[in-house]
Amino acid sequence: MNGELPARELVIQAIYLVSSVFFILGLRGLSGPEKARGGMALASAGMLLAVVGTLLHADIVRYDWIIAGLLIGSFIGVVIGRPLFITVPMTAMPQWVALSHAAGAVAATLVGMNEFIHLGAAASPGTMAALGFEVLLGTLTVTGSVMAFGKLQEILPGRPVTWPLQNVGNLILAGVALALLVVAAVNPSLSWAFWTMAILGGLLGILMVLPIGGADMPVVISLLNAYAGLSASAMGFALDNNLLIIVGALDGTSGLLLSILMCKAMNRSFANVLFGAFGAPGAASAKAVGAGEMKEITPEDAAVRLAYAGLVIVVPGYGLAVAQAQHTLRELTDQLERRGVEVKYAIHPVAGRMPGHMNVLLAEANVPYDRLYDMEEVNGDFERADVALVIGANDVVNPAARSDPSSPIYGMPILDVDKSRMVIVMKRGRGAGFAGIENALFNDPRTAMLFGDAKSSLARLVTELKTV
Amino acid sequence: MSLTIVIQIYVFVLAGVVGYQVISRVPPLLHTPLMSAANAITGISLVGSLVAAGADHGRLSNILGFIAVICATVNVVGGFLITDRMLKMFRRDTRKRS
Repeated sequence: MNGELPARELVIQAIYLVSSVFFILGLRGLSGPEKARGGMALASAGMLLAVVGTLLHADIVRYDWIIAGLLIGSFIGVVIGRPLFITVPMTAMPQWVALSHAAGAVAATLVGMNEFIHLGAAASPGTMAALGFEVLLGTLTVTGSVMAFGKLQEILPGRPVTWPLQNVGNLILAGVALALLVVAAVNPSLSWAFWTMAILGGLLGILMVLPIGGADMPVVISLLNAYAGLSASAMGFALDNNLLIIVGALDGTSGLLLSILMCKAMNRSFANVLFGAFGAPGAASAKAVGAGEMKEITPEDAAVRLAYAGLVIVVPGYGLAVAQAQHTLRELTDQLERRGVEVKYAIHPVAGRMPGHMNVLLAEANVPYDRLYDMEEVNGDFERADVALVIGANDVVNPAARSDPSSPIYGMPILDVDKSRMVIVMKRGRGAGFAGIENALFNDPRTAMLFGDAKSSLARLVTELKTV
Repeated sequence: MSLTIVIQIYVFVLAGVVGYQVISRVPPLLHTPLMSAANAITGISLVGSLVAAGADHGRLSNILGFIAVICATVNVVGGFLITDRMLKMFRRDTRKRS
């Protein structure tokens, strides 16, 4: 920082500054769907500038490895990103994001390790601390993301895996890793401390994700995003690069903010998601509700009720996505609208497998986004709804969240479907939901159940509607 | 603590605050594209990878850098393409309501 910077360095810094501004403005574009694509184009321009600026770096003497790496990486990226070759279905978005995190974190980790090998014992404590954080967060993100991918892709068991003293054990492990980081920072010649720390980071990633159930995985993925960002920031501290610091910090806040929002929407604390192993033994408190019998409805009757309704509010849940029924749902609502029925979609913040997932799935089915209503916007409308059509959603419409303090989901914000004149619930079978909690809504006298696979049930409704 | 580190901490904290302000304005409608975009941006580690791959620090450094460049580029290119594919699907209602 002392003395005059050489002209080349000034140019690089100017490019980096513009690039940082582009990243910030690009993310700003995501505040509305109209400007979002433009914003992302700006952010990619920022990334391009970052690459161009870096290529001017005085340390770079050869370009063969760089060009080869960029070409291979771009090729793989295009194969994944363009539906031309392999189509990543929108339902698989969470695990794809997890895998992509792993790739980014591998890069951060390797750069950190390489820098350590290069600097060796000559590294200053400050640089070593930064490298330590970079590599520790990096290895943790790599293994954690791969585990999350495995669980969501159902290569690994999605249920939480638990063992005795796991939280204490994990905390001790994290403590040891941090202690090793301090050792390596104080005395960089003790390279074993650095490498052991890197291995412990990887182990920690595995052990942290194993006990977390599939439904909580989005929180973890979001958190891993924050870690990957912080790892990039740490790289910036180690390499004296402000661009890395800024973009890493943007990523870190975005990941953290989304994890917190998701936890709020599920009425769970951060600690509870990370250490609670939700979904394994806790479901014991789900008591039988037993107030009345479930009432079934035939597709013919359901079609009639829908056809003569004034306002229908559709509540799509993960079951809809699993059955890939969003397109059939679109057909149904199109028909209803042609009959003059008003249709709204009510989206719970945790519908789907990641925040805002259901919005993407419905957008894919060409549902215009101004028909999709957030929970707060739509909850007041249920009172005047003639039919609430619940498709494959369970816990997010469970009135126990409002009324039963003993319920594990008590206090969770829900969609007030029970306030509408009639509720039709489409569900695979009579069993309890993902979290294993009984739902009194299903036994409510105003509720009618339509059992079966969401897609074929919806298709039946479409056919029946034509004859009404 | 050197002045450089102090300035770096300033930059880090201010960027975090700006990030918070910007991200908290993203509506729930776009949270999945946001996650995907944030993921693409994580590929900024490409910056460090490029230097490692092209510097004169020995063969090992080049190879580690080369692998890092591949991984980071996959992250960037795949991330931006998928985000764009998602955002393209968000459409306004064009039909008139009766």
